[in-house]
Amino acid sequence: MILHTVNKSPFSHSLLEACLAIMGAKHSLLLLEDGVYGTLKTSPMAAALAERGRAGAIYALEADLRARGLTDTALLSCVKPIDYAGFVRLATEHSKVQSWF
Amino acid sequence: MIFSLAVYGAPYSSQASDSAYRFAAAALAGGHSIYRLFFYADGVHNATRLAAPPQDELDLPQRWRTLIQAHKIDSVVCIAAALRRGIINREEAERYERDADNLAPGFEISGLGQLVDAAVHSDRLVTFGD
Amino acid sequence: MNPKKIMVINTHAPYGKATARESLDAVLAASAYDQDLSLLFLGDAVFQLLQQQDTAALEAKSLSTALPVLPLYDVTAIYAQQSALDARGLTRADLVLDVECLENHQITALMDSQDILLSF
Repeated sequence: MILHTVNKSPFSHSLLEACLAIMGAKHSLLLLEDGVYGTLKTSPMAAALAERGRAGAIYALEADLRARGLTDTALLSCVKPIDYAGFVRLATEHSKVQSWF
Repeated sequence: MIFSLAVYGAPYSSQASDSAYRFAAAALAGGHSIYRLFFYADGVHNATRLAAPPQDELDLPQRWRTLIQAHKIDSVVCIAAALRRGIINREEAERYERDADNLAPGFEISGLGQLVDAAVHSDRLVTFGD
Repeated sequence: MNPKKIMVINTHAPYGKATARESLDAVLAASAYDQDLSLLFLGDAVFQLLQQQDTAALEAKSLSTALPVLPLYDVTAIYAQQSALDARGLTRADLVLDVECLENHQITALMDSQDILLSF
């Protein structure tokens, strides 16, 4: 059980794609910082995220979404906004954290 | 649960150290403990005591100092990364004959082995890259 | 304490950022701790493994020279992502170390089997 974090935008970096390529079925993904642009329906990885999101377990840091003006209507429905306490909880619920940056 | 954090980003350059700070604060508020904060790469800049940000801006180095002192968190700055970037304590300043030091109280300068030690002795290691 | 399985995960190309060099320093430090240490090169990090990186003009240490010392530190479990090599037109013959090339599903399983991940 690995929690992956991605902090770069999929519009300019391939990190999110690289992460999804090796994410196991029981892994989770947290988008933070510029990684939250990956929650947009227009993101290059939107289809892959939506597919992956059917199994649940895609999160984005709410503070980073709000800071960037990303509103609910433009976001993929499979993404769950969480706060830092939620980030800590995710880290406890997974045995390891892999950070993509 | 026992956490350690590895911080690679400089304050005011990337969001990484800010995210790390907020994670650390949330972990402590949630009743968890922090075995060690390890500042590596550009993350060593969080340990300067000489930063003077505008008064209406977040003073992240000060926030770290307050958190570290309030919770007595072991906070290590990687010596190789720090000395390269001019983050230096009095002892190293004397060794390298530099005319000043700038390491903030609460931080100590040590080797990369402390990162490995932190990973081995914590339940979770969380890295904040820039 | 039993040795822990520690995997250092590299995702960055060398030189543009210091991350590759800093990762190697961490690996060398970790090698002194008698843990079960391995290295994984993903994505652009496979460029770290290229032969004949001539850094003389940059006055920097070359990873082509630095990485082959790893076996001397008993670091021999070294893996590269096959799909990353393929995407970049590279083969094992281009690499400075005798690495094991893994498919993505093998990488997932290998990461799952670790106790500790060090992300670089």
